[in-house]
Amino acid sequence: MCLAVPVRLKEKKSDALGTFEYGGVLKDVSLQLLSEVNEGDYILVHAGFAIEKLDEAEAEETLVLMREMAFLKAADEQAAEEHN
Amino acid sequence: MAADSSGMRYTKWFRDGDIARGLFARLEEMLSGVPAAAIPLMEVCGTHTVALFRSGIRRALPKAARLISGPGCPVCVTPNVLIDKAIAYANEPEFIVTTFGDMMRVPGSETSLEKARGVGADVRIVYSTMDALETARENPDKKVVFFGIGFETTAPTVAAAIIQARAEKLNNFAVVSAHKTVPAALEALAGNPELKLKGFICPGHVSVIIGSRAYLPIVETYNMPCVITGFEPLDLLQGIMMLVEQALAGRAEVRSQYSRAVSEEGNRKALDLMNKVFEPSDSIWRGIGPIPGSGLAIREEYADLDAEARWPVAPCATRENPGCRCAEVLMGLIEPPQCALFKKVCTPEAPVGACMVSSEGTCAAYFKYGDELID
Repeated sequence: MCLAVPVRLKEKKSDALGTFEYGGVLKDVSLQLLSEVNEGDYILVHAGFAIEKLDEAEAEETLVLMREMAFLKAADEQAAEEHN
Repeated sequence: MAADSSGMRYTKWFRDGDIARGLFARLEEMLSGVPAAAIPLMEVCGTHTVALFRSGIRRALPKAARLISGPGCPVCVTPNVLIDKAIAYANEPEFIVTTFGDMMRVPGSETSLEKARGVGADVRIVYSTMDALETARENPDKKVVFFGIGFETTAPTVAAAIIQARAEKLNNFAVVSAHKTVPAALEALAGNPELKLKGFICPGHVSVIIGSRAYLPIVETYNMPCVITGFEPLDLLQGIMMLVEQALAGRAEVRSQYSRAVSEEGNRKALDLMNKVFEPSDSIWRGIGPIPGSGLAIREEYADLDAEARWPVAPCATRENPGCRCAEVLMGLIEPPQCALFKKVCTPEAPVGACMVSSEGTCAAYFKYGDELID
């Protein structure tokens, strides 16, 4: 059961407890498995616990890499056309 | 990018249709000329099984890359004897059994938790281990047992509950630990000569906890490419591309496609909590059989929170369901349509085996999505 959802931490009530919004519903989340997290951070929630903080920079980098990999053919063709 | 409270950007970004089509075209190029089934890849995690079906990737994938579903469904690999134990507790009037929802309908040797509830047993579905603790607080005159199922993603949440129960001196709460760990199972599969795997799509969220370096022994011992992959369509495509690239180049490495969530060392705090409460034990996996060190047993120091130690119970005689071929499905040796019971006798409404019950079971996934695949 690898089900975990990425959500934004809405409120941090204590080091151990926070809330997030999902599908319009406010839900509790235990923060016991994270060392440092702040309101507004994006977290992965599994079975009522935040298991990790999501890395925004890595997410952006992954997307950039995917874009490059996906359009590589187009870029190659374009370079070949310009060359001729 | 505008901030949004629900984190959809972490999902929407990775569902972009243009990028998906581009990645897929690249994958087709990489595999052109490669013979069918030349690159068998195992997707271990049940969530991946479903995601690969639902995204359409399983159906569209060039035949050179053959996807085999593995035993990464903790519900499916829990053997009958443990389900029977949970039911035995539930049948005792002074007990309340709390469990995650997807264990309710799994058939044990004689019945299921859901059917037991139907004839009066007190079985309650919880979404989080914190709910199980609350049940114990609210019912001081009852013994509350939590049925602990799950891999390393879930085990730390159970450890946290055990530690909290002790801190509060909550004396009517204990856990049946049916937890298992993934790397040990991967080793058993990597070494299996019948499978001839060329790579593992490693579970994304288990890896959030254990870290990417947990797979180094598998790479080194078996020369097996391991790519930790996320669950959105673009993640799946990129993960498969990374594995194919390694297989074609004859290289074997651990790589993390899911870098926005997975680090090399994993979640240290969660691992420490897990190791504080649990220790490795030998464990029986439905299908694979016993794998040394692949289970998590509650440590002696926490014996009062270990249901089997504190409140021993005798389950009914264990027997397997005849005709059910879950064992072979879980090992990736057959596909569900090859089981004589599939769809004819065994369906989500009337499941014979665990693989059909779990929302992430291979048989359930094939039942729901697999019509187009039958040759």
